[in-house]
Amino acid sequence: MQQAPVQPSVIKRQPSAIYRVLGDRIFLAIVLLLALSIVALTLGLGYYLYLGGSQTINKEGFFGFLTGTTWDPALKLEFGIWPYVLGTIITSLSALVLSVPVALAAAIFTAEYAPRWLAGFINYLVDLMAAVPSVVYGIWGIFVLAPFLREAFYLPFFLWAAENAPWLSRYLGNPAGYGMFTGIVILSSMVIPFTAALSRDAINLVPAAQREGAYALGATRWEVMQTVILPYARGGIFAGAMLALGRALGETMAVAMVIGNGNILPYTLFGPASTMPAVIALELKEAVEDLHYSAIIGVGFYLFLIAFIVNSAASYLLNKLKVGSQRA
Amino acid sequence: MRNLQARYTRDRLILLVVIVGTILAALPLTLVLGYALVNGFSSLNWDFFTKGPKPPGELGGGMAPAIVGTLVITGVGLLMATPFGIGAGILLAEYPDNKLNPTLRLLSDTLNGMPAILKGLLAYVLVVKAQGSFSGFSGALAMAFIMIPIIAKTTESVLKLVPWNIREAGLALGLPRWRVILSLVLPAARAGVVTGLLLATARAAGEAAPLIFTAFGNTLLTLNLSQPMDALPLRLYAYAISPYEDWHRQAWAAAVVLLGLIVLTSLLARWVTRGR
Amino acid sequence: MKKLLIATTALLGLASTGLAQVSLTGAGATFPFPVLSKYFDEYLKVTNNQVRVNYQSIGSGGGQRQFIEQTVHFGVSDNPFNDQQMTDIRKNTGSPALNIPFVLGAVVPTYNLPGVTQRLNFTGEVLADIFLGNIKTWNDPAIARLNPGVNLPALPITVVHRSDGSGTTFVWTDYLTKVSPEWAQKVGRGNSVNWPAPNKVGGRGNEGVAGVVRNTPGAIGYNEVTYAVQNRIQFGAVQNRAGKFMVAELPAITAAANVVLPGDARISLTNTNAPDGYPVSSFSYILVYEQLDKNKAFKSEAEARAFVQMLKWVVTEGQKFNEPLTYARLTEVAQARALALISRITYQGKPIGKEVVGQ
Repeated sequence: MQQAPVQPSVIKRQPSAIYRVLGDRIFLAIVLLLALSIVALTLGLGYYLYLGGSQTINKEGFFGFLTGTTWDPALKLEFGIWPYVLGTIITSLSALVLSVPVALAAAIFTAEYAPRWLAGFINYLVDLMAAVPSVVYGIWGIFVLAPFLREAFYLPFFLWAAENAPWLSRYLGNPAGYGMFTGIVILSSMVIPFTAALSRDAINLVPAAQREGAYALGATRWEVMQTVILPYARGGIFAGAMLALGRALGETMAVAMVIGNGNILPYTLFGPASTMPAVIALELKEAVEDLHYSAIIGVGFYLFLIAFIVNSAASYLLNKLKVGSQRA
Repeated sequence: MRNLQARYTRDRLILLVVIVGTILAALPLTLVLGYALVNGFSSLNWDFFTKGPKPPGELGGGMAPAIVGTLVITGVGLLMATPFGIGAGILLAEYPDNKLNPTLRLLSDTLNGMPAILKGLLAYVLVVKAQGSFSGFSGALAMAFIMIPIIAKTTESVLKLVPWNIREAGLALGLPRWRVILSLVLPAARAGVVTGLLLATARAAGEAAPLIFTAFGNTLLTLNLSQPMDALPLRLYAYAISPYEDWHRQAWAAAVVLLGLIVLTSLLARWVTRGR
Repeated sequence: MKKLLIATTALLGLASTGLAQVSLTGAGATFPFPVLSKYFDEYLKVTNNQVRVNYQSIGSGGGQRQFIEQTVHFGVSDNPFNDQQMTDIRKNTGSPALNIPFVLGAVVPTYNLPGVTQRLNFTGEVLADIFLGNIKTWNDPAIARLNPGVNLPALPITVVHRSDGSGTTFVWTDYLTKVSPEWAQKVGRGNSVNWPAPNKVGGRGNEGVAGVVRNTPGAIGYNEVTYAVQNRIQFGAVQNRAGKFMVAELPAITAAANVVLPGDARISLTNTNAPDGYPVSSFSYILVYEQLDKNKAFKSEAEARAFVQMLKWVVTEGQKFNEPLTYARLTEVAQARALALISRITYQGKPIGKEVVGQ
């Protein structure tokens, strides 16, 4: 290694075999070691979270902990994380349902309709959106979105229901502004760019020949879209949605700031809910009892499991698609 | 074929739906940016950048410790993450036949999508719990965990953009593979690698969740990594949920500064990779 | 040459004062956060920027947890450690814990009722019923009966509670437990409890609860009175044991502390017997290891000394900052107790507490 730093010229005589063979071996070893950090990090994440949560997980049982509906850190010291799991799943899936059509529309518009400058601008916005910090969405949620939703939707709807459909109010919950629906709205705004970016890439990958063929047959733009482009890009769109789902599952601060942090089932539409990341963020520092502390890290472990499944599915899909497109 | 007129009408209708959808998609960001600019810009003043926080209820003060803290924590995090991220990127791009690669790629992408708060939790367990104190270092470590997979991914993709004939030329001249990578491929991809570093920094700098129980927050300015340290997103969060109007004002200002940092890095990244 | 020498020594002197700078980290209660933050801001000036105290208001539960984890130099909590915790700490670390009272405050029911300008009256039972979810709207007869002449809106009640472990919660639920059998049976007292009301929102810290109440029409929460005063949030009067509706003002808070104080100062002041006492008052405590060297956070004797000096300053001179922020000063008895507790502090066997207090 030592003779290597400044090689005066590459045309010099063939360097020694040691320099070549050993150098290559050492370099590969170093690169491998560095890369292994990623493997170690992923496995370590799961291992340490399990270790930290094991006290409570063992006490409540692997499934008992998951499906228990009481989270009582004071009186009974009983820990079931189902309210958080359910809150995470409901908010993430709803956010996905709200955001995918919109994201897809943006992807279609930029890839197929927009003039180049506009597409470039929108793409830049979308990329920027993915980089906006969670807390910035959160402060906007507290001071703009939540009051707006309360005044414009929750209160009128609540009052209307109280008068005309009393059975409905039970499912509505209090129109405080901080609640599950506000959380869903903010979450869906946050995950739009993930679906949008991947869908756009997938649409751009559609071979021009296929497109032109369809146009030549007299199809309108939408018909080309429907019969050629969307079926071809389906995989990419799906992967994008998965990635967005993964993001939504782990989104912490913005959700914690507007969701109301309630831990009682059943959840109502406007009423408070909570999610797994939010409970970790809010309670970890403050857990006095060891069992409570361990329960929170246990929440982290289950979140790890869920996020691992969703994200590895997304990356598996993406890698498969990439291989496919290279061959095509 | 059905009536042509009907097909055209439908085509227009769909276009309308697509446009409305696009506007809806761009709406949240536009609103967030707009409100942050309107509320935040007027609150930006000299004090904001030079003073520390005041006791609650007193007017004024600023976020100097948080700004410095964010720079230090992300800077140190970047230093720690860079070798690992670039190393993994090199392995993925330059040794395509390595048996580890499919697993590595899968895990790297998975890790990238893992909630940032879990990475903070890992840093908490590894450092804070073990050392017995909250510290800027543990925060930087959490940031590094966030950055590594991002850097690995961008490095891999930019290295793959470097034409193979550069490598072939180098190898034909008798250079060993490691010299080809270090002296030919990496320099050729330098701009892209830097972009990856910038993007990773921007992503990590805005994270508050992993810092809550690592960097912890500090109302006083410190450069000591073994002490609790403040960070802009942390302070923003604390101020935003508070009842104090003056703190709300400063929280908006912090939002503008964070957004500014991010727009700046993304523009910088565009500039570095311009003409590609 | 001589000049140079002087300059060098001056520089060295500067450098060494720079080195003498001590940074202390504390964490815990949000209840006394405004006054603590004021103390440390002033103390920085008093010590000429030499003693820097970083206090993070993460909740009393957090203060206790981090104190036990020894990640901080001191914790702050509104409820002292209970007997079980005291024994555990002594057993696990070899050093007893001290709960040093430093401030007296009150928890008030804060609410947001647009259009209502009069101060509302509450009784313990009504508050318990509201927080249990038995009373669901503001114009409920139970509330109306206590507030004749007030035009109460038909708004639904949103209960705002702490989402973090909190001493304010402990004080509040301690009070509700004492006045409502139903509360005692269903919920109980604690730093974080399982809130039964279905219409509820969680906020982080006293700051967060006050923030939510402030932003939400129809909300009721519970806050340290300072947060309500500083942010002009309405808060109600609470009926005490003697039947008087008391507003949380300084004399009423001080009156609540007019009780026999045990030697270790651990006491609950809620539902006081004092006829003019506010019923939801409480001390707030700084949590300290008696043997400071048993706390991993302390790395040197200099740190320990600076810390003890700071403690003494807080319970003596610092007290003058309490009243402007609607906290009551320590009563003379309480102050004497606090100083006695401080003088028990040692570092590696050295009685630094005695030395500092004796000065």
